[in-house]
Amino acid sequence: MGSAAYLILEDGTLLKGESVGSRREVISEIVFNTSMTGYLEVLTDPSYAGQAVVMTYPLIGNYGVSFEDMESSRPWLSAFIVREFSRIPSNFRSEDTIQNFLTRYDIPGISGIDTRALTKTLRNRGTMNGMITTRDYAPEEIRALLPRIKAYRTGDVVSRVSCREKYEFTDGGMNVPWPNLVGSRVELEEEAGNGRRTEKNPAGIAEGIISADDPALAGTPIAQKAADEREQAYVRLSEKAARQHLRVAVMDFGMKRNIGRSLVHRGCRVTVYPAWTTADEILADQPDGIMLSNGPGDPKDCGEIIRQVRRLYESDVPVFAICLGHQLMALAAGGDTYKLKYGHRGGNHPVKDLKTGRVYISSQNHGYAVDEKSLGADVARPAFRNVNDGTNEGMTYLGKNIFTVQFHPEACPGPQDSGYLFDRFVRMMERVKSEKEGD
Amino acid sequence: MPKDNSIRKVLVIGSGPIIIGQAAEFDYAGTQACRSLKEEGIEVVLLNSNPATIMTDKDIADHVYIEPLTTEVVEAIIRKEKPDSILPTLGGQAGLNLAMELEEKGILKNLDVRLIGTTSRTIRRAEDRLEFKEAMEKIGEPVAPSQVVRNIEDGEKFARRIGYPVVLRPAYTLGGSGGGIANNQEELDEILENGLRLSRVGEVLVERSIAGWKEIEYEVMRDCAGNVITVCNMENIDPVGVHTGDSIVVAPSQTLGDKEYQMLRTSALNIITELGITGGCNVQYALKPDSFEYCVIEVNPRVSRSSALASKATGYPIAKVAAKIALGYTLDEIRNAITGKTYASFEPMLDYCVVKMPRLPFDKFITARRSLSTQMKATGEVMSICTNFEGALMKAIRSLEQHVDSLMSYDFSRLDDEQLHKKLQDVDDQRIWVIAEALRRGFTREGIYKATKIDPWFLDKIAHLTEMEKALKEQPLTEELLREAKRMEFPDNVIASLTGKTQEEIHQLREKAGIHASFRMVDTCAAEFEAQTPYYYSVYDGGEDEAAEAAGKHDKKKVLVLGSGPIRIGQGIEFDFCSVHCTWAFQKAGFETIIINNNPETVSTDFDIADKLYFEPLTPEDVENVVRLEKPDGAVVQFGGQTAIKLTSALMKMGVRILGTDADDVDAAEDRERFDEVLERCGITRPKGETVFTADEAKAVADRLGYPVLVRPSYVLGGAGMRIAISDEDIDSYIGNINRYAQDHPILVDKYMMGREIEVDAVCDGTDILIPGIMEHIERAGIHSGDSISVYPAKDLSKEVKTVIESYTRSLAQNLHVIGMMNVQFIVRDDGVYIIEVNPRSSRTVPYISKVTGIPIVPLATRVILGEKIRDMGYTPGLQPEADYFAVKMPVFSFEKIRDADVTLGPEMKSTGECLGIAKTFDEALYKAFLGAGVRLPKYSNMIITVCDEEKPEMIDIARRFSKIGYTIYSTHGTWKALRAEGIPARQVNKLEKDSPNMMDLILGHRIDLVIDIPNRGIEHQQDGFLIRRAAIETGVNVITAVDTARALITSLEDNSVTKLSLVDIADIDRR
Repeated sequence: MGSAAYLILEDGTLLKGESVGSRREVISEIVFNTSMTGYLEVLTDPSYAGQAVVMTYPLIGNYGVSFEDMESSRPWLSAFIVREFSRIPSNFRSEDTIQNFLTRYDIPGISGIDTRALTKTLRNRGTMNGMITTRDYAPEEIRALLPRIKAYRTGDVVSRVSCREKYEFTDGGMNVPWPNLVGSRVELEEEAGNGRRTEKNPAGIAEGIISADDPALAGTPIAQKAADEREQAYVRLSEKAARQHLRVAVMDFGMKRNIGRSLVHRGCRVTVYPAWTTADEILADQPDGIMLSNGPGDPKDCGEIIRQVRRLYESDVPVFAICLGHQLMALAAGGDTYKLKYGHRGGNHPVKDLKTGRVYISSQNHGYAVDEKSLGADVARPAFRNVNDGTNEGMTYLGKNIFTVQFHPEACPGPQDSGYLFDRFVRMMERVKSEKEGD
Repeated sequence: MPKDNSIRKVLVIGSGPIIIGQAAEFDYAGTQACRSLKEEGIEVVLLNSNPATIMTDKDIADHVYIEPLTTEVVEAIIRKEKPDSILPTLGGQAGLNLAMELEEKGILKNLDVRLIGTTSRTIRRAEDRLEFKEAMEKIGEPVAPSQVVRNIEDGEKFARRIGYPVVLRPAYTLGGSGGGIANNQEELDEILENGLRLSRVGEVLVERSIAGWKEIEYEVMRDCAGNVITVCNMENIDPVGVHTGDSIVVAPSQTLGDKEYQMLRTSALNIITELGITGGCNVQYALKPDSFEYCVIEVNPRVSRSSALASKATGYPIAKVAAKIALGYTLDEIRNAITGKTYASFEPMLDYCVVKMPRLPFDKFITARRSLSTQMKATGEVMSICTNFEGALMKAIRSLEQHVDSLMSYDFSRLDDEQLHKKLQDVDDQRIWVIAEALRRGFTREGIYKATKIDPWFLDKIAHLTEMEKALKEQPLTEELLREAKRMEFPDNVIASLTGKTQEEIHQLREKAGIHASFRMVDTCAAEFEAQTPYYYSVYDGGEDEAAEAAGKHDKKKVLVLGSGPIRIGQGIEFDFCSVHCTWAFQKAGFETIIINNNPETVSTDFDIADKLYFEPLTPEDVENVVRLEKPDGAVVQFGGQTAIKLTSALMKMGVRILGTDADDVDAAEDRERFDEVLERCGITRPKGETVFTADEAKAVADRLGYPVLVRPSYVLGGAGMRIAISDEDIDSYIGNINRYAQDHPILVDKYMMGREIEVDAVCDGTDILIPGIMEHIERAGIHSGDSISVYPAKDLSKEVKTVIESYTRSLAQNLHVIGMMNVQFIVRDDGVYIIEVNPRSSRTVPYISKVTGIPIVPLATRVILGEKIRDMGYTPGLQPEADYFAVKMPVFSFEKIRDADVTLGPEMKSTGECLGIAKTFDEALYKAFLGAGVRLPKYSNMIITVCDEEKPEMIDIARRFSKIGYTIYSTHGTWKALRAEGIPARQVNKLEKDSPNMMDLILGHRIDLVIDIPNRGIEHQQDGFLIRRAAIETGVNVITAVDTARALITSLEDNSVTKLSLVDIADIDRR
């Protein structure tokens, strides 16, 4: 048994658990996430800056920590609240335990909490603030603390999590077969070889499984079919190579790495700009498209950024925005946002593409939403809606090459179903570019 | 997309008799789907040959046909009922195969009926190995290198190329039937030969073995608009190599990171999209433990055992949604019944951990090999829910009802380290107990992983449990330790034995420290949305009790209905039928109903059956947790089989009123001496017998009575441990066998009496009785009633005998003060009526007799329990008038699935399921019943007969009749001589130990239709018969081991007029 840690909610609720990781005392907003896998991605998602995250899945740490899965350089959340940490990690890629990870990055963790009851409290009363501490406060001390806890605001967290300087994003080197990144399995097979190159098998020698081009299968219809497909894959790959000249400027409000990776893998050259970069500076670099990233906090706290986004909106450069980017674009276009009672955080939210009627399961992490009615019918049209509660999940801006989504097509963690939106963005940039060149 | 209005009348195909690999889960799925269809105003026609199912009730479907699942029958039903569509994806593999046959024969096209839910093209692409492989290659989904072979030579050739071990999977079979892993050519030949024969299309897939990889499953759904979701993923604790039905399975996956989870999820969605499935689908993967390499093992384009498990594990009703999708709805139009707010187009999130364990039948087949492989052997399963894995595993273990309650229940401490290490490599049902012992001894996790390929994460969890055992044994029992032990779901009795305290002391310690179970809700969404559905599980973590608020409301009287636990031989789906009907009847009577059960395959554990569902083990302690909270006004135990009956005294101790027959009267029926007194009062005779405790006493009694005698423990179900003994030696061996388990009850020794066995179910209200009908067993006494062919109405009983049976039943009911259900078994010999046993509870025959007589006895019994009288319910008391048709209940066995199980029938039950034949004439009913059980004769018109001397005289006539319809009879010397002496042509064959060609060569020649082998009663000492019977079963030959069964079969084959079958709509039977 480790030492005790406490969670004090702004309404005075006191929960006792066990301290894991840092013993620092923190006050933050308390939110819950319902993902059953992907705790490392949650920990390192900059959108959680200023928040403590409750994992509703009770067993955390089972597959350890593999650093390549980090969505940014470090964890940004204030604290991590779980029911039970695994005693041992078990996964071939695991390099560390979650407990060590929290300690290394000085993140307070608390286990042994009835996370279901806590989740219900947050669901019923709405998102609350809370304090995580290892001090055993007396009841009157707690009463004295409550005004301070209540007063907490996440504030301007974007500037905290954004990159300091502009840089080229080239990361694409994950050793993970990640269909979302590479478009299709065929390409993956092509790139990785039939044995799939791994650390342990760098040459990609087929171990165990033979493939359709195995000599033993020569001349069979299967082999012919595989050859045809390989041919098609080459065509696709060369198309991809042709896109290399597409240049994307990402405004980093707290970008998850997989946004950058998703673009790099589609052949884009990606430059990442700090959140406070002016529209002029970005447009001066003449990007083919602009990506507004996800990020933490209340979009309305980003006054100056919104003004710059307005400039981008007025330009004719294609824009794709995710999450906070989606909210900032709405505000820039004259719309409004509001705080949800307890937000959407998890990997099971159904969003409906209003044009096709198709429903996609999406990864989500947001506490604010765009009030779609606040945007004039001549300015923008809702593109996606949440099937559960009908809230807005995406907009298409009329007369513009701008589309924005509230959910996370880059997944990590969560379903990869909406990864095709990056393809849509690439096609949009290609079209605009070729139109320009045609002028 | 809204509903397709051109669908108005749908034929739903069920899965037929319960066999290993196809069990109650399809009754659950079918029932749920039928209700879902009816909700939409669809007229439902149902076909299923299994009378024990709930789906074959007239309140579930509009027209019910309990007929053999053959294309001829379906064709006749289509002509009669004129449905516009057929829904084939709910009847398991049997339903799917039948649909494919209909399509292939052009019947669907001719009669202008379409398949809904999934197209035949989709079925073919998912089921046909080659087409499936091509589909997977098209979308770049990896499959293990494999080749379909049609003969042994090709199999050998391919296996040599890809290297051993290889996996063999016959096409179109159930539960991996006939499959296996071959490590060398010899094994390959053996399995392949069997597999080729079992496959409907004579094809077997030879595949490189990926044994030892992680086995992961995804349950996915797709609608006609192309929307796709995953309901749940599951990880098998046993790696690839053990059939998932025999594996311990956990949901969700525990050792997969998000990258692996999403990689396989995306793959599953790509597959369901490519195959174009509309409805539910199960995709199984092998994932290499040390890389991202994976391959698709198989896809089931239908609801399955796994989908039933996923439904119960998440609360997402897959079959119900699949039925709506078949009607044209899209996922975002179907409401999530659990939350009432959200829609079916989302993915359930669990905030708990689910463990499923298989229930294996090795307690019934003591000669069988316990090893597990790709051939499924489990008859049923249990599921448990907890917020930690250790607790979920402990709860699952004690739900199994096979004398296990912890990781100490199988004792391997006598093995030395070397033996233990060797034992670790045995893949069998006791493996986790072996692992626990190895961990106690300090074997390294790496070593155990190497031997078992079970992920270290699971090994650590088992280690955590053994560490707790040690702590309890060695440390003082502090409050903190007790709290932690309970959090890990150690039952009080185990804590007591480890700490040297009594169970009562542990209970008191818990009371003092306030350590109680609290209940959580299964809500599909990890508490993100408010849920409407009271589906609960217990945890000991001191947290909030979500059931408490609802439990406090007391506007209705509450009744607790105890379920029947896992499906096993002797306690099958019929008790779920009874529990569910009893629940409905209580609801109708204005009660709030509460079900406790742990079987994920059943209708009773569907969240919309009872008002509240507690998914819990059925032990006194677990039940007490529910009782403590709910404070029910009463409990019913007479519908849940032996599982529920066993809880009677515990419930009474908790102060719960037992509704219906008093526990003391139950005891009077079970206790030998008290029962004898009752019989004496009633003036009824029974075969002589006595109660004993030791082998010596038993032999003394047997000596007095004269052999043969029947020996059995009291309080049995399914004839557990029952034997006919013909010698002292038999008694010694028998007593040695049953003493492996703790004997709480004495052993009964009865004179074995040969005669016709008669059975009645009756409803008794304290004054009057209602007997729907008298059932007669084709096989004479000595064969377990569950394994006998049962005929209603009894065929040739005199009026006097019927009157005696009626009056005996009445006086037994009155003297035992039965309120509710009662089952009585008689022997009729020379017009004398003797009693074998009385069970004051619901029996196996209740669904069957209810359906064929149209008398809803479970609801009637429930109303009687509530105080109503038979006369007031519109029935004339006594034996009801006989029907003008015959109904034959035929047992169905799964012997081919269990290697080395003895197929001889005797007093111990061995059948896994049953089917029905119903028709105007006895011959047709019998013919239909054999057809439903899969006996399709003649094929080659060759048969083998070997009979023990005792039975030879009776066999002569039967042999003559087979000979007359054109059968060539092969016999070993003794039988051959006897047949020849009577002028019956027969060919003599050598016994096994003699030179070829002998009996075995004949069987392996695949030209034999039937083996009739009647062994001596008592324990068999010669291996000859056993080997012949096994060889026959494993090569798909019908085997009959009782003279009466053989006579029934020839009778049904002789009547040529029955080849054109008539149909009976069960829904029209109402004989009130």
